Amino acid sequence: MKNKAFAVDLHIHSCLSPCGDEDMTPNNIVNMALLKGLDVISVTDHNSGANLPAVDALAREANLGFLPGIEVNTKEEIHVLAYLPNLERAMELDEIIMKRLPKIPNNEKFFGAQLILNEEDECIGKIGDLLINAVDLSLGDLKTLVEKMEGAILPAHIDKKSFSLIANLGFIPPDLHLRSVELSSNYKQGDNTLMDSMIKDLRIFRSSDAHYLHQMLERSFFLHLKEKDPMEVIQKIRGSES
Amino acid sequence: MKTYSVDALLAHEKFQLANPGVETNKEIGSVYIGDLLSWVMSHSEQNCAWITVQTHINIVAVAVLLEMSCIILPEGCTPDEDTQKKALEENIPLLVSPWTAYNIACFLKEKMES
Repeated sequence: MKNKAFAVDLHIHSCLSPCGDEDMTPNNIVNMALLKGLDVISVTDHNSGANLPAVDALAREANLGFLPGIEVNTKEEIHVLAYLPNLERAMELDEIIMKRLPKIPNNEKFFGAQLILNEEDECIGKIGDLLINAVDLSLGDLKTLVEKMEGAILPAHIDKKSFSLIANLGFIPPDLHLRSVELSSNYKQGDNTLMDSMIKDLRIFRSSDAHYLHQMLERSFFLHLKEKDPMEVIQKIRGSES
Repeated sequence: MKTYSVDALLAHEKFQLANPGVETNKEIGSVYIGDLLSWVMSHSEQNCAWITVQTHINIVAVAVLLEMSCIILPEGCTPDEDTQKKALEENIPLLVSPWTAYNIACFLKEKMES
C-alpha cells in the first residue's frame, strides 16, 4: 500500500485550557478542521483530557482523523505533547496527570475558564484547579509512561524562550533518545544555527498551537501515512514506522 | 571579594551533601541563581556556587561546562537519582538546603566577605 500525504494539525487547545477561547468547542474545532481541509487533528489541552471524549466522538462521525493528546507541563516546566493511540489510554493518562497536579484553584478572571463540554457543546462541568501548573512528573518519567501506553511524546515549541525543552534544559538530553520535536510555526530554520544543529537529525513537526479557531492550520503541514490511523502518526513521532 | 569553600559550607547544618564521595575541597568565588539552563549556560561563571530548583540531569552538564564549584538545590528540592549519580561521576558537589535561594545567597555573601 502506498503512502499518501495527509494534512495534520496536532496541537490545538479547546475551551478547557484556560488560555483557550470559549469558541474552541468540540463541534467548532471539528467543523473548522473540515472547513480547512485537515485530515487528522489532535486536541491537546494543558494537563487534562477532559474534552477528548466529545471531540473523539464528533471526529469519528465526521470521518476526521483524531489523535487524542494532552499537553503536559512537566516538573521541569517543559510543555510536552503526549499522544495516545486511543481515547481510553488518553483518559488513563489524564487520571495520572490530575493526581500529580498541584491543588491550586484557577482564578477565572485572570486565567480564563476551564470548561468541559459534551458532544452537543453543552457545558457539563469545570475543572477547579489551575491546569497550566507544572505536574509532579519529570520529562523522562512522562516519556516512559506514555511509551508504555503505546503512545509518543513530542516536546512542544522547543524554539520558544519559556516552557520549552531547550530554554529550560539547555540542550536535548541524549539519553532521552528523542526522534521528533515540534517547532513553533513562526520559527524559520536559519534563525538560530545552534538550534538548527541540535535538531538536524530529528523529524520536525509544525502545528498551530491554536487557542482561537482562526489559528488552526490550513493544509500546510503533511505527514505521509498509509491511512488516517492514530497509531501511524505515533510511529512517525517515535521514528519507528515500518 | 574573598572566597569560601564547599567544605566550609558543608560544615554548616543547613547544607547536606547529596552525592557523598565527591571532592568537596573546592573554592567558591561567586554565587549564581537561575533555573533556565539555556540562560545559565550563557550567563554564569567559573567557580560559582549555582543555586537552582532544576533537578534534571542536565544541570550536571551545565556545571561541568562552566567549571562551577558546586550546585545547591534550595527549599528541600531533591535531585533526580540519575542527576546524583552523574554529579558523582563528574565530580560536581551537589548540595541540598531547606533555605530559599535568597537566604543561601545572603549567607554566602556574609561568609565570603568576612
